[in-house]
Amino acid sequence: MAEAHPVGFQYVVEAKNRGAKVIHIDPRFTRTSALAHSYVPVRAGADIAFLGGVINYILGNEKDFREYVLSYTNASMLVNEDFKDTEELDGLFSGYDPELNTYDQSSWQYLGQQDEGQEEGEAHADRETASGLEQESHGPPVPADVPRDPTLQDPRCVYQVLKRHYARYTPEVVERVCGVPQDKFLEVCEAWTANSGRERTTALVYSVGWTQHSVGVQYIRAGAIIQLLLGNMGRPGGGVMALRGHASIQGSTDIPTLFNLLPGYLPMPHHSQHETYRQWIDAIRHPEQQGFWANAESYAVNLLKAYYGENATKDNDFGYGWLPRLTGDHGTYQQVLDMIDGKIKGYFLLGQNPAVGSAHGRAQRLGMANLDWLVVRDLFMIESATFWKDGPEVATGEIVPEECKTEVFFLPAASHAEKEGTFTQTQRMLQWREKAVEPPGDCRSELWFFYHLGRIMRERRAGSIDKRDQGLLNLAWDYPLHGERGDEPSAEAVLKEINGYEIATGRPLSAFTEMKPDGSTAGGCWIYTGVYKDGVNQAARRKPRTEQDWVAREWGWAWPADRRTLYNRASADPEGRPWSERKKYVWWDEDAGEWTGYDVPDFEKTKPPSYRPPEGATGVEAISGDDPFIMQGDGKGWLYAPSGLIDGPMPTHYEPAESMIRNPLYGQQANPTRKVYERSDNLTNPSPPERHSEVYPYVFSTSRLTEHHTAGGMSRQLAYLSELQPEMFVEVSPELAAERGLEHLGWAHIVTARAAIEARVLVTDRLTPLRIEDRTVHQIWMPYHWGGEGLVTGDSANDLIGITLDPNVLIQESKVGTCDIRPGRRPTGPELLAYVQGYRDRAGLTPGHRTPILTTEVDEPEDS
Amino acid sequence: MAGPNSFYGPLDPAPDAGYVDAPPRMGFFTDTSVCIGCKACEVACKEWNLVPDDGFNLLGTSYDNTGGLTANSWRHVAFIEQPAAGSGHGTDTPGAFAGMPTGPSASAHTAVVAAGTSQDTGTDPGVPAAPDALAAAATITAPGTQFLGMPGADLPGRTMDAPRSDFRWLMMSNVCKHCTHAGCLDVCPTGALFRTEFGTVVVQEDICNGCGYCIPACPYGVIDQRKDDGRAWKCTLCYDRIGDGLTPACAKACPTESIQYGELDELRSRAAHRLEKLHEQGVAEARLYGHDPNDGVGGDGAFFLLLDEPEVYGLPPDPVVTTRDLPDMWKRAGVAALAMAATIVVSFAGRRR
Repeated sequence: MAEAHPVGFQYVVEAKNRGAKVIHIDPRFTRTSALAHSYVPVRAGADIAFLGGVINYILGNEKDFREYVLSYTNASMLVNEDFKDTEELDGLFSGYDPELNTYDQSSWQYLGQQDEGQEEGEAHADRETASGLEQESHGPPVPADVPRDPTLQDPRCVYQVLKRHYARYTPEVVERVCGVPQDKFLEVCEAWTANSGRERTTALVYSVGWTQHSVGVQYIRAGAIIQLLLGNMGRPGGGVMALRGHASIQGSTDIPTLFNLLPGYLPMPHHSQHETYRQWIDAIRHPEQQGFWANAESYAVNLLKAYYGENATKDNDFGYGWLPRLTGDHGTYQQVLDMIDGKIKGYFLLGQNPAVGSAHGRAQRLGMANLDWLVVRDLFMIESATFWKDGPEVATGEIVPEECKTEVFFLPAASHAEKEGTFTQTQRMLQWREKAVEPPGDCRSELWFFYHLGRIMRERRAGSIDKRDQGLLNLAWDYPLHGERGDEPSAEAVLKEINGYEIATGRPLSAFTEMKPDGSTAGGCWIYTGVYKDGVNQAARRKPRTEQDWVAREWGWAWPADRRTLYNRASADPEGRPWSERKKYVWWDEDAGEWTGYDVPDFEKTKPPSYRPPEGATGVEAISGDDPFIMQGDGKGWLYAPSGLIDGPMPTHYEPAESMIRNPLYGQQANPTRKVYERSDNLTNPSPPERHSEVYPYVFSTSRLTEHHTAGGMSRQLAYLSELQPEMFVEVSPELAAERGLEHLGWAHIVTARAAIEARVLVTDRLTPLRIEDRTVHQIWMPYHWGGEGLVTGDSANDLIGITLDPNVLIQESKVGTCDIRPGRRPTGPELLAYVQGYRDRAGLTPGHRTPILTTEVDEPEDS
Repeated sequence: MAGPNSFYGPLDPAPDAGYVDAPPRMGFFTDTSVCIGCKACEVACKEWNLVPDDGFNLLGTSYDNTGGLTANSWRHVAFIEQPAAGSGHGTDTPGAFAGMPTGPSASAHTAVVAAGTSQDTGTDPGVPAAPDALAAAATITAPGTQFLGMPGADLPGRTMDAPRSDFRWLMMSNVCKHCTHAGCLDVCPTGALFRTEFGTVVVQEDICNGCGYCIPACPYGVIDQRKDDGRAWKCTLCYDRIGDGLTPACAKACPTESIQYGELDELRSRAAHRLEKLHEQGVAEARLYGHDPNDGVGGDGAFFLLLDEPEVYGLPPDPVVTTRDLPDMWKRAGVAALAMAATIVVSFAGRRR
């Protein structure tokens, strides 16, 4: 965190000065470790074994916050009798289909709900469209009237299922799998549990490299399970905090730059699953469902009204037919492979430098070299704009500049100080940003670019009767212009549209509950409603924290409804009283008959804790007065996910897609549902039980340095930052240096099945070998900031990484892989290709080689 | 002890330099116990003061690639990687690397297997087997318990002969100390170096003639000549900012308040309080540096809280202003000159007889 988020780390330092204990768990000793009380080295890619060990410690020692767990989680709910665990099936859950590599999730359901689960075909489509987790955010179809055992003794209740699942994750196993000595591991367990409960809370903070694994979503799930068991969710000082990698990555998920989502986490329609407007709406809101997604039709209609204005009417389903449709996997990696295959002709790149920043740099560059046109908008001439003339493939002869057909349009972009708008940070807080200076020369904001691009395209296609043009032509594309040139769309006007307004009067809405499904209101992102409440830009509020209470509600604006802590109903006990005076946050005021507290209650204001839904209630009405997790179908925090996750209801330790270790826990080596692209240009290093894993005998990981920004586009062009970290380097332990003959400050090259790159060697005590099973495992680490452009240049670490994805959200496994490291520089020119090929040959990665996905036996279900 | 215009001992430098109604003495307190090594101070300093970059050189001294305080780096973050045997420093927690194995990447058994299989598998071209996997396997007695040393890979100054178990990574943002008795200022023949009303020491770039006398005069090795123009440059404590009531650029940019700017008296009491708190928390090795008006430079305007001996950070343990003995030296030189003159006079007088 100190490494990649130094500004945010000031609050950790502040907490430390006030007595908080800071523990840092990381494969290498970083600047964060330097400030932590305790540093725990761990093997990259073994996190679920570690966290599973913590869960086992909690359950085995009954350290859970029992009253919280009983009331606010699904611990007491009974699971289907047909459910079989990985402990019984050697690393698979029940329902695995070896043909599609997905699960029939019927058996994962609660007792009596067998028919509700996804079948393997649906799960397959969900993986293709990255909509597994949409299920979670939309609340999968789970009824509330599930049989429960409040004593938690029934062997089928979630609590017992969880306990059995993690029973083998003992401190000894954690030591064997993760390389963490038992006393260090127990220190973490004891600190975490001792600092949780009524009086105290613990925060789990991760940087988003944690998600970049073939089981990335389950990493986060494992953290969430611990926090739920210890009562650390919805309470001050608790939570699972994702430190997002850029200034507004949270914002670009809320109002997404993702292929599978529309603003406010509404799913992008699928061509066959959501043929009609009604199918689409019902797939989001699930009739019979409880919770706030029941009002999804309002959110969807308001979005369509914001898109299409008066052209969206009840009679044409508010223009639903004009929305684009998903036909399968349109994720960024599928697109790159489609570019290589010539299926994609044109590409826009904004604020992204995939030639350096994305996994498998060679595939990225070869893909872009096979386009007809490419538009790059950036502050500087980045590698993704120049790969065709001086990229690494030009040196190897794979790209010939004279023959590369891609026409690259480089458009200079305005920087954050040269344009107005909002950033949404990790607390879901929007902060307004003024324009400090006019952008120089031809530099323009994204808002300017897209507004005028849309305007010109609409002019070009005006009067067209082509079906494909109707979505464009029916857009409401009118924004007031201002600024020195008089052509800059007003960002405040856009924010107002996002907030939503009453169409007849123009009055800004103050809450998403005011949104109507009849077309009388319009709003671009329902969760952002309230940010322009009373016609005031709430995101621009800047009252210093010294002038208000510690929740600081008058700084910026947080969605939803300006709630600073989500699900904060859980900060009070089931009767609505604070769990403790010390951790008082939101509570029920009996006399006033309403919820009150330091924060905006994340609950219906006047629904008393004693409220119980009437028989047959649905939607918001069906949420009990003691169900804090109001977006979930059952109002509970899920220790066990009966549906919604493609790779299993509970996190399970799988080895990374590339590992030199045979999974010590299960016959199933790696995530059996991971998304793979088996192609000769995307080879995977062999892992046990395959032979030849010793060809790539070391674990490597990559991450950031404080001194540079991601792919370097914003830092390698600046002398003051470049001088601070002027060269690509690789960090190795003294022990590995001795083993491979690497010299401090000498050259070394690192080889995987994709590439060989070179770097200067830093031999450092900050890296340590780990003992895994009966062997010593060395980990090496590299920053990924370098490329061929800028003041300081070097090989790019992401060239080493292949494309293997998490099945739920299609994020790449880019934080762990296997490699070899050798002293000296890599070969250059065509010899480099031959050198990498030599490794592939020795590793048995011959033509037609396929990485086995299933490495254990599947029992055919008897009754299917 | 220190009289007016003294070269030594505690005094308030601005009034001593002749300022009437001088504002309080301003300074820096750099608390290295909360420094995260982000180098924002280095960058902010250069941005504000238009200091050129220091060249793009990978130095290999941990994450330090600017090397030290120079004419082109007025703030400098030092990184000290400190392996140690034993348990956690000052606490009862296990050390950072306690229990970690050392030695090569395989048990004897797996190393032999690995060395065998990394031979040519019949699909040429290949690369040679790991040269020392077999040799490494042969040296193993018990896996992971023997420290094999690091041939050719030692870090400078690393002289461990036991497996490391604890580790510290110290970071410290260094800066000009703005001494009470500033040797650089005392020896400057042009008056380019002067004492400001805030008690700080500043070089005037339009007056400096590049004589370089100030460079050896600094007991900390801070002030430095720029190679291209020969003039001397160093931290001004952002004289152009503090005059307008602004915080110096480095302190403003520091995210963790490791660099604190303020009235020196206030900073000294804040530092004493912080030291006390750290000692209470068991950080026995915490100490202040440069805070004492009775030290060899009369106390620093920029002082530090360190977590080890000053030498570890490259700071002199007992700095003394280089001009401390100047009055004595002049006195002795004067006496010698008088004696010489007297001798000459006497000898001439003698001849006349």
